[in-house]
Amino acid sequence: MSTALVTDLTIFVLALLVGIEVIGKVPATLHTPLMSAANSIHGIVLAGALLIGVTAHSVVGYILAFIAAFFAAANVAGGYAVTGRMLKMFRRRAETGPVKGAESEGARP
Amino acid sequence: MNSFTTNIQLVYIVAAACFVVGLHLMNSPATARRGNQVSTAGMAIAVVATLILLIHAGSVTATGWTVIIVGALLGSVAGLYSARRVQMTAMPQLVSMFNAVGGGAAALVAVYGYMHDESSGAGVLGTTTVTTVLDVIIGSVTFTGSLVAAGKLQGTITGQPVIFRGGRVLNAALAVIAVGTAIFMFTTASQPALLIVILASLAFGVMMVLPIGGADMPVVISLLNAFTGTAVAMAGFVITNWALIVAGALVGASGGILTKLMADAMNRSLANIIIGGFGTGDSALPVAAAADAQIRSIAADDVAIQLAYASKVIIVPGYGLAAAQAQHGVAELAQVLESRGIEVSYAIHPVAGRMPGHMNVLLAEANVPYPLLREMEEVNPEFPRADVALVIGANDVTNPAARRPGTAISGMPILDVDQAKSIIVIKRSMASGYAGIDNELYVNAKTSMYFADAKKALAEMTAAVKTLVA
Repeated sequence: MSTALVTDLTIFVLALLVGIEVIGKVPATLHTPLMSAANSIHGIVLAGALLIGVTAHSVVGYILAFIAAFFAAANVAGGYAVTGRMLKMFRRRAETGPVKGAESEGARP
Repeated sequence: MNSFTTNIQLVYIVAAACFVVGLHLMNSPATARRGNQVSTAGMAIAVVATLILLIHAGSVTATGWTVIIVGALLGSVAGLYSARRVQMTAMPQLVSMFNAVGGGAAALVAVYGYMHDESSGAGVLGTTTVTTVLDVIIGSVTFTGSLVAAGKLQGTITGQPVIFRGGRVLNAALAVIAVGTAIFMFTTASQPALLIVILASLAFGVMMVLPIGGADMPVVISLLNAFTGTAVAMAGFVITNWALIVAGALVGASGGILTKLMADAMNRSLANIIIGGFGTGDSALPVAAAADAQIRSIAADDVAIQLAYASKVIIVPGYGLAAAQAQHGVAELAQVLESRGIEVSYAIHPVAGRMPGHMNVLLAEANVPYPLLREMEEVNPEFPRADVALVIGANDVTNPAARRPGTAISGMPILDVDQAKSIIVIKRSMASGYAGIDNELYVNAKTSMYFADAKKALAEMTAAVKTLVA
């Protein structure tokens, strides 16, 4: 087993443990945005897709690079956009009208 | 590794750190948006670093540049378009599509790496091939599996489990072919062998998801999310890119945790879900419903009296609420009640929607403040204090039969709705839920049924409350 592979494996295992630790603390309320955020993060495969370009000099290489870049870019752009859109909807208080806590104000005649 | 590529790897580590911090900030709705921004910044850094690497390499042809830039731009447009247009009820489909393209891209990276290595004559032996074939297999399975899952959620493919004779044998055969051919590739570099692995894995992905029923989708999506992460991490091994390895591992962890949470919430093992269960007729023995049990129905005016003079109301939403597009209706009713000083909260079962946390997003969209959205463990002790529990479109997750052994849902964690002082259930008919058994809650002496479409029912109730208190 090469040193490079051992390094890669080390990084993988540690990242997995960090992930379990960090994600275990996310409340159930945010599980859909969490999955969507995770989705956008795996869009990092875009880097891999772009790097195909370094050595692609054949039709097959170009086709693979094109499809991979298309897929990964859709993943990244769409993932971040939709996560942001969802998170924007989570409010502590309703925008209009009375909310929880209003009862203590007892302003009703 | 020369100093230039070392520097680029360091930039990738910064990007990976941004991903971790971004996920960490998602531990509270108050900081989650910032988390998403940090994560986006990390991604931007990684993409710019990659472009610099491409320029520095100097070997990208004009066609190469055109292909990747046009591909990435078109992909971004497609992604942004669907992100802007998607309805929140269709969120699981979109997430599934992103799983599909992410897994597909990861598989393509490995496929290209393999073909390129082979044509350069260096051969592909040993450890590189392990991660390459894992990437190709997992990525391909995720690709077709997620497409089928999205189709099922969208209704393009039937949500019912698709079962046919020999299906399981075919699945096993496809798995053996994919893995067997992959092992052969360890010893002999062969493009046809790679093609066989890809095709067998693609077919396996389809066959894996087809037999799974619509109600099990929260588990399936989580599992495919974990698969995508793993595939991306494997792609990172193939091209020795730390950003991909870290990001893939994070997503793998996230998908794994959510898969376990969802499976636990249904009290079913992963194997049981994948092999098939609910709705397949092999587990659901219909409980002999108490034929003499009385179903009591209630009118809007009586509901209004109960609600208007309650001091604590717990709303129990299920997917039926979203299916009827009644999220805004329920939020409006809740606001009317709150304006009377009534304490209103929402009891959300982990599998209330079509993906983890789905119901929370749907209610957040309807302007329900998130502190009112309560998790099962947190809200269950409060049911005995609730004057009214209003159940809308939820069924199996409220069935007290789960507490007894010997039913299809025995042992499944449920919301203790039957502990409330009074229970009102909005339902279109007496049809049973996914588990195919009768809900004992409906014949409880404290329960009144309101037979109507959820949206219509909530409008009628809100109007009745307003009239009553006016």
